[in-house]
Amino acid sequence: MTELTSLTIAEAREKLTSKAITAVELTDAYLGAIEAANATINAYITVTPDKARAMAKTSDERIAAGKAGALEGIPLGIKDLFATEGVHTQACSHILDGFQPKYESTVTQNLWDDGAVMLGKLNMDEFAMGSSNETSYYGPVINPWKAEGSNHQLVPGGSSGGSAAAVAAHLCAGATATDTGGSIRQPAAFTGTVGIKPTYGRCSRWGTVAFASSLDQAGPIARDVRDAAILLKSMASVDAKDTTSVDLPIPDYEAALGQSVKGMKIGIPKEYRVDGMPEDIEKLWQKGIAYLKDAGAEIVDITLPHTKYALPAYYIVAPAEASSNLARYDGVRYGLRVDGKDIADMYEKTRAAGFGTEVKRRIMIGTYVLSAGYYDAYYLQAQKVRTLIKRDFELAFHAGVDAILTPATPSSAFGIADENLANDPVAMYLNDIFTVTVNMAGLPGIAVPAGLDSKGLPLGLQLIGKPFEEETLFRTAHVIEQAAGKFTPAKWW
Amino acid sequence: MSVDLATVKRVARLARLAVSEEEANRMVGELNGIINFVEQLSEVDVSGIEPMTSVTPMEMRKRQDAVTDGDKADDIVANAPETDRNFFLVPKVVE
Repeated sequence: MTELTSLTIAEAREKLTSKAITAVELTDAYLGAIEAANATINAYITVTPDKARAMAKTSDERIAAGKAGALEGIPLGIKDLFATEGVHTQACSHILDGFQPKYESTVTQNLWDDGAVMLGKLNMDEFAMGSSNETSYYGPVINPWKAEGSNHQLVPGGSSGGSAAAVAAHLCAGATATDTGGSIRQPAAFTGTVGIKPTYGRCSRWGTVAFASSLDQAGPIARDVRDAAILLKSMASVDAKDTTSVDLPIPDYEAALGQSVKGMKIGIPKEYRVDGMPEDIEKLWQKGIAYLKDAGAEIVDITLPHTKYALPAYYIVAPAEASSNLARYDGVRYGLRVDGKDIADMYEKTRAAGFGTEVKRRIMIGTYVLSAGYYDAYYLQAQKVRTLIKRDFELAFHAGVDAILTPATPSSAFGIADENLANDPVAMYLNDIFTVTVNMAGLPGIAVPAGLDSKGLPLGLQLIGKPFEEETLFRTAHVIEQAAGKFTPAKWW
Repeated sequence: MSVDLATVKRVARLARLAVSEEEANRMVGELNGIINFVEQLSEVDVSGIEPMTSVTPMEMRKRQDAVTDGDKADDIVANAPETDRNFFLVPKVVE
């Protein structure tokens, strides 16, 4: 019998339903894998074995009673950004020291209602601010992938680095993640996994620690397109507790898989061909174009002229919203407190000790661009540019384009503690150059692995869709997956 | 526009972040790097363009103005560093 942890969600679901395996066996297999690997990979910051076994036992009972949910008995890892009742929830920040919420996020509650099992909480960049998982208070996550013939440790990307690494290393069947500027798609691309950021409003934000409220959106990271479709269906919901969640029916995303892309119009935006882009990325893009063309799609050149302004606009809007959202961490209601000579001194010392360097940097930028005299020049200008970025996409879709194909990242995974990136925040920010436009426009985007680079590291392609047309993305990504195959790292840990 | 040390200290004060002299000096360089990067937005012609307020055109859903939750004082203070009889405690503010 194959190792239980190598089963996809769809395969495990079949074996659980046919009672070939039990949920307790499956959960125990994952707990064993985590125990053996986590000291090396550092994907989990908290493992919840007792809770996992209890949930698995209940799943077995529900399966026996013929009452199995859509994810019954499927063991998942949860990004530390999601509030989980009575379990470590700190957004991997020191400032939420000891925080254990008395409530459950809507997304995780939806998963438990469908029968999923929680294995533990996953590492991430502090407050989801980062592209390498190196800003976590709990230390970096190590990418299960290594370059051929090299022992050099690589980052899994960020901010959902723990989610991506845990999925790639088979330390969970699937994982929750969140994406504000690329935090699902970039780590998925770096680890050979599939990640989808759905349309803004598809998943409730209630109970997920806020970073930039107009951009944040939850989504899954999974081993393949089918598993991502299964997970998103359970995660999505309209929620009275999030007024930006959308009251639209949730399609059976899995049913979109296998549907033909014949006659579909795929847009190729010329602005995504950036200076200094490695040849491997260009080759991958051409390969993706060929896959879709072979499957009968029509390839059309399009223009998204404001693309180059998305990243600078993001680095105004996101820090501005973050500086406001993070004002709540003041040492009074939860988390860390450092005493001071008066209340203002207590606030300042608590926040200085609790936030890491990158988070402080973004709070400073956000406070600066919102401060008196600068608001119009920066924030208002950025929000106007955002309207133009969205309009670029609307014009392309209006002209008949069904989905847009781009590279997911400008490179494959880079090294831990890369000196050039450590000394230049803007160089690190450029990782999100292909993904951030999608958040700015609120559109859905999926990253699907499409090949390996010359170093043997995975690379991903991104598909961007019309609002609430995630089905088109699953259908098209599945065609790429069928053509390119799946990619699993050789086990060294 | 460029950010100087005095501005960094003023912004840190607004953001309620204690910064050491060394940190403040480092931030001057970093913030200028980021501000220079975002400065390119000023070249975009935005005349007649409305600022974005919502990515999806939607009307704010409103609920009835009624009590739907409550009696959770113990839960609300459960994670606080210092409390007394369901009050949050802070250093003395009023003499």
